[in-house]
Amino acid sequence: MMRTLVSLVEDKPGTLNRVVSLFRRRAFNIESLTVGHTERPGVSRMTIVVDSARTDSRKVEQNLQKLVNVLSVEDVTDHAAVLRDLAVIKVRTAEGTRSEIMQVVSTFRGRIIDVGLETLVVEATGPDEEIDRLVEILRPFGILEMVRTGRVAMVRGDVMEANNKKAR
Amino acid sequence: MKRSGAQIVWEMLRHEGVEVVFGMPGGSIMTTYHPLQDYGIRHVLIRHELAAAHAADGYARVSGRVGVAMATSGPGATNLTTGIATAMMDSIPLVCITGQVASSTIGSDAFQESDITGITLPITKHNYLVTDVDELAETIHEAFYIAQTGRPGPVLIDLPKDVQCAVTDFAVPEDRVDLPGYHPDCMIDDAALDRAAERIESAKRPVILAGHGVVRAGAREELRLLAERMEMPVATTLLGKGSLSETHPLSLGMVGMHGAAPANHAVQEADLLLALGMRFDDRFTGCLERFAPHAAVVHVDLDVSEIGKNVPVDVAIVADVRDVLKGLLARASKASHVAWIERIEVLRADAKEHEVLEHTDSESLTAPHVIDEIWRQTGGKAIVVADVGQNQMWSSQYYRSDGVRPFVTSGGLGPMGFALPAAIGAQIAAPDAEVWVIAGDGGFQMNIQELATVVQEDLPLKMAVLNNGFLGMVRQWQEFFFDHRYESTRLLSPDFARVARAYDIAGERAGTQKESEDAIRAARSPKAGPALIEFAVTSEGDAGNVYPMVPPGAALHEMMRRPIAVGSKGQGAGR
Repeated sequence: MMRTLVSLVEDKPGTLNRVVSLFRRRAFNIESLTVGHTERPGVSRMTIVVDSARTDSRKVEQNLQKLVNVLSVEDVTDHAAVLRDLAVIKVRTAEGTRSEIMQVVSTFRGRIIDVGLETLVVEATGPDEEIDRLVEILRPFGILEMVRTGRVAMVRGDVMEANNKKAR
Repeated sequence: MKRSGAQIVWEMLRHEGVEVVFGMPGGSIMTTYHPLQDYGIRHVLIRHELAAAHAADGYARVSGRVGVAMATSGPGATNLTTGIATAMMDSIPLVCITGQVASSTIGSDAFQESDITGITLPITKHNYLVTDVDELAETIHEAFYIAQTGRPGPVLIDLPKDVQCAVTDFAVPEDRVDLPGYHPDCMIDDAALDRAAERIESAKRPVILAGHGVVRAGAREELRLLAERMEMPVATTLLGKGSLSETHPLSLGMVGMHGAAPANHAVQEADLLLALGMRFDDRFTGCLERFAPHAAVVHVDLDVSEIGKNVPVDVAIVADVRDVLKGLLARASKASHVAWIERIEVLRADAKEHEVLEHTDSESLTAPHVIDEIWRQTGGKAIVVADVGQNQMWSSQYYRSDGVRPFVTSGGLGPMGFALPAAIGAQIAAPDAEVWVIAGDGGFQMNIQELATVVQEDLPLKMAVLNNGFLGMVRQWQEFFFDHRYESTRLLSPDFARVARAYDIAGERAGTQKESEDAIRAARSPKAGPALIEFAVTSEGDAGNVYPMVPPGAALHEMMRRPIAVGSKGQGAGR
């Protein structure tokens, strides 16, 4: 099962290196890792996805917590959370396929962000399984390039991650 | 007041209460060395930076304070790394300060540049590259705080040359540190404590497993009280040795690959293990799947990531061992386990049957004889610093701890060559104590250059070099598991006694039990300074192997025992 951890870290030189080095050293397998700014200056937010069949997410949590630059770690898998992945996909178009592709993309609430003579660039966000399905459907048309950000997560409603509050 | 980065280093070390620094200057740290004599801090000039890290480690283990090592950039810094990894594995508080090339040249492959913060990332508790002199004082204060709070560990501070030179307004930083992601204090979970107490109360065959955490927490007294009140036998890890006197009736000795047979059997037969400040290392557990099959486990450790790491736990308490022991003492009523203690007496009698000291003839000298003799003559009151390998296991078996003095050795990393420099640190931490190095011929040659430091610092160290002509532990494995093929383990060594004398250290050689006794006595005479004794000990066969031995993959109770009817010589297969 995929488990999603949300971690707030200090935005200092080397912090990402410390986190990644820890995963390597402890032989943790990470499915995806995203990092970016938060609402607070000096604090970055990581979303880490772990396949619990291969890596014990509790160990990831416990070991991350020990890093001095890690402010908080929380497993949000069992919370009601919004999970989003962003994909940018360059698809080959041929005679007659262009409108078909555009239809598929709009069904997935994606957008066409670039049109070339023989290509379309598609942008889509959504839960990662939904993006997986879009990719499968686009594959027969010919995917020339693709980039995905990996999952980001946020707990729904008024609840902030408990540790998030503590870390303030 | 205006201070340079170099001066701030010493201002802050003095502020943190540092009395001694182990190190060696070089191009990128000499700026920091320059003002040293204005600050009244003792500097011990070692002969290799690795020895600085090990000496700071030995100092920390004996003094209970933070050990400080200093080295230059590049090779100076990389030479520290084995010592830093040693401290990390054994949770020893160190602060290592390294010089670095000037900030402007970092990344240009400058002369003696190495990315030491990158290199030490996985072997430090935390590390810093200071790029602004205004952050230096605060950083040093944080480093000391991190090194010694929570589960202790090494912290490295890398100091570019320009930061050492830069001048700024200096004021001692406030006591509190601003580390929002670091929470070393644990709250005891009272409910977990209640559950632990219930488990202990209902156990029929309980064993306490005392680890390094007991020693570090200063919880020896509480441990003894609980063990006595609840009549619980106490087994230790290698680094937990010293948490209870090994002549105490409830002491079982060490558990593990070369643990005491009664301790190993007791763990396998126990119905409850109260594990205190230890981490179920593989050398301790033997085959994990068949470790302590009947036992519920109550695990107490400061570090939450140790809970359930190797062994499933029934009750977990993440807290300081001493606080937990106090909590258990408040809950525990008197108990006795007559049948269990009787069983342990049977195990003890059996162990005596296999004891090498009972069986070898009086002529030949074995390593156990030597260490037993040191123990007898010192009355168990010496600080023993053991190296790594057979000598280390024999030291743990035959130098019975008095439950007061530390037993210093590397438990986790196992770097040969640890003992001599660590003993230098130990002797400096305890100048009036009798400190003995126990090492093999292989390990002693790994830091033999530190004999110069011993003389330079006028340390009355006693050094026992057990010379069996081999990398002994590897040879033992070759004898047992690799067809007796002694591939690359036979060692050529110098005449250690003459080497010692070349350094102006009294050097002796002993080849019989009588010579051994006399040499130890002479080395201990009140006016003797530093002394080295080379003991020519049995190298092979049943008296040259460390027993018991839990072979790789075997469970603790399946240990190989020393054959009962043996002579002391020859090439016995040992099975």
